[in-house]
Amino acid sequence: MGITIAILLGFICAMIQYYKVPILKRVVSVYIELSRNTPLLVQLFFIYYGLPKIGIQTNAEICGIAGLAFLGGSYMAEAFRSGLEAVDSIQTESALSLGMSNYQTMAYVVLPQAISVSIPAFMANIIFLMKETSVFSAISLMDLMFTAKDLIGLYYKTTESLFLLVVFYLIILLPISILGSLLERRLRHAGFGS
Amino acid sequence: MAEPILALKNVTKHFGENTVLDDIDLSVHQGEVIVIVGPSGCGKSTLLRCVNALEPIQGGEIYLNDEKIDIKSKKLANLRQKIGMVFQSYELFPHLTVLENIVLAPTKVQKRKKEEVQQEALALLGRVGLLGKEGSYARQLSGGQKQRVAIVRALCMHPEILLFDEVTAALDPEMVREVLDVMLNLAAQGRTMIIVTHEMQFAKAVADRIIFLDGGKVLEDTKPEVFFEAPKTERARQFLSMFEFNVVKSQVEKVSS
Ligand SMILES: Nc1ncnc2c1ncn2[C@@H]1O[C@H](COP(=O)(O)OP(=O)(O)O)[C@@H](O)[C@H]1O
Ligand SMILES: [Mg+2]
Repeated sequence: MGITIAILLGFICAMIQYYKVPILKRVVSVYIELSRNTPLLVQLFFIYYGLPKIGIQTNAEICGIAGLAFLGGSYMAEAFRSGLEAVDSIQTESALSLGMSNYQTMAYVVLPQAISVSIPAFMANIIFLMKETSVFSAISLMDLMFTAKDLIGLYYKTTESLFLLVVFYLIILLPISILGSLLERRLRHAGFGS
Repeated sequence: MAEPILALKNVTKHFGENTVLDDIDLSVHQGEVIVIVGPSGCGKSTLLRCVNALEPIQGGEIYLNDEKIDIKSKKLANLRQKIGMVFQSYELFPHLTVLENIVLAPTKVQKRKKEEVQQEALALLGRVGLLGKEGSYARQLSGGQKQRVAIVRALCMHPEILLFDEVTAALDPEMVREVLDVMLNLAAQGRTMIIVTHEMQFAKAVADRIIFLDGGKVLEDTKPEVFFEAPKTERARQFLSMFEFNVVKSQVEKVSS
C-alpha cells in the first residue's frame, strides 16, 4: 500500500520536474532532499506527532503507510527522473515533428523508453522499501512511538527537538548526497554518450 | 505564380547574443526541391527546426499555405503533420518495430485505421527496398536502412512538404547512395522538399533551387547551374572551392614544379 503510493508520488514528482512546472518543481526538490536525507524513523516521528498538531488525526497504520510513501516517493521520483533524462530530447522532437501532442509524445515515445531504463533502480527501491517495512513492523509501531515519547520527555520541547534532529541529519547527510550527485554527473559525462 | 506552400518572411532567430538567422525570406512552391548549402554552423539546421516550430523565432513570420506557424499555436500539432522531417540521427523509436514506428503517428494522431496504414507502410517499405524488415527493431538495422525507415515514417503522414537535415551525414559511404536514391525518387514524384546536404553532386542533380546560407543570411538563391558554375558571391566561391580537389591539385603541381 505504502509502496504503491510511493510509486504514484514518485511518478508525479518526476513529471513535475520533467516539465519544470514553476513553483511545484521547487517544492518537489525540497521534498526530495528532505525525504532522502532524513532517516525513516525521524520521518515517522514527524508524521505521528506533527500531523495531529496541525489537526490531522493519525493512527499507527496510517502513519506507517504515510511514512513509507513519504520516504519511497523521493526514491521513486529519482528512479523515474533518471529514466526520463536518459531519453534524448531529439526523440521528443522527432515525435513532435510527426504531429504528436505533448501527451502522445510522453505516452508513446518517452515513457516506454524511460521506464525500461528505470526498472533496475525501481526494483532496488522496492526491495529497499520492503526492508524498511519489516524493520518497523518488527519493532511494532506503538513501541517505537513510546520510545519517542520518552526521548522527547527528556528534552521537553517536542517540536524543537524533532526539528533539531532533522537539521542535524541534514547537516551530516546533505554534503554526502551532493557529493553523490556530483559523482553521478561526472560518470555520466565520462562514458555514456551514445 | 501560384501561392507558395511555405513562406518565410523576415525570419530572425537569436540564441542569446548570437544571431543565427538574420532576416530570412524564402518561398517554396508546390513540387519544388530546394537544397540549402552552406558552411557548418551557418544556421541550416536551425532554419529547418524553425519551420517545424522546434525552435521559437524572435522576428518575422512563417506560413504553411495560409496558416501561420507559431510555437504557441493551438493548431501546431496539426501543422506539423503536414511537415515531414527527417533527422541526421534517424530518431527511430527504439522500443518499437519498424512497422510500429511507421504506424504510430498515422493511427494515434490522424486516427486512421491500423490495417489501412499498415498496408500503406508495407507498400512504402517495398518501394525503398525494405520489405521483410517490418518486424525488426532499429538496433538490428544498418544506418542506411534506419534512414530509409525514417523517410517512410515521415511519408506515411502524407506531408505536404518534407524537410531533410543532412540525412546522409552520419552514414558510412556505401550507404549514402541508397538513401540519396530514395530522395531522388521522391523528387521525381514531384514532392515538395527542402534538403540540407553537403553532397554537392546530389545537390546539383536534385535541386530546382539552391540556397546558399552564410552567417545566417541567404547569400544566393538561384538555379543549380548558376550556383555551381558562376556563383555571384565571393563567399559562395570559397565555399564551393572546398569541394574542388582539382584546385588543390593544381596548387600542389605549382608548388612542386
Ligand atoms: N540550442 C542552441 N543553443 C545555442 N546555440 C545554438 C543552438 N543550436 C544551434 N546553435 C548555434 O546556432 C548556429 C547555427 O547552428 P546550426 O543551425 O546547427 O548550423 P548548421 O546546421 O548550419 O551547421 C551555430 O552557431 C550554433 O552554435
Ligand atoms: Mg546542421
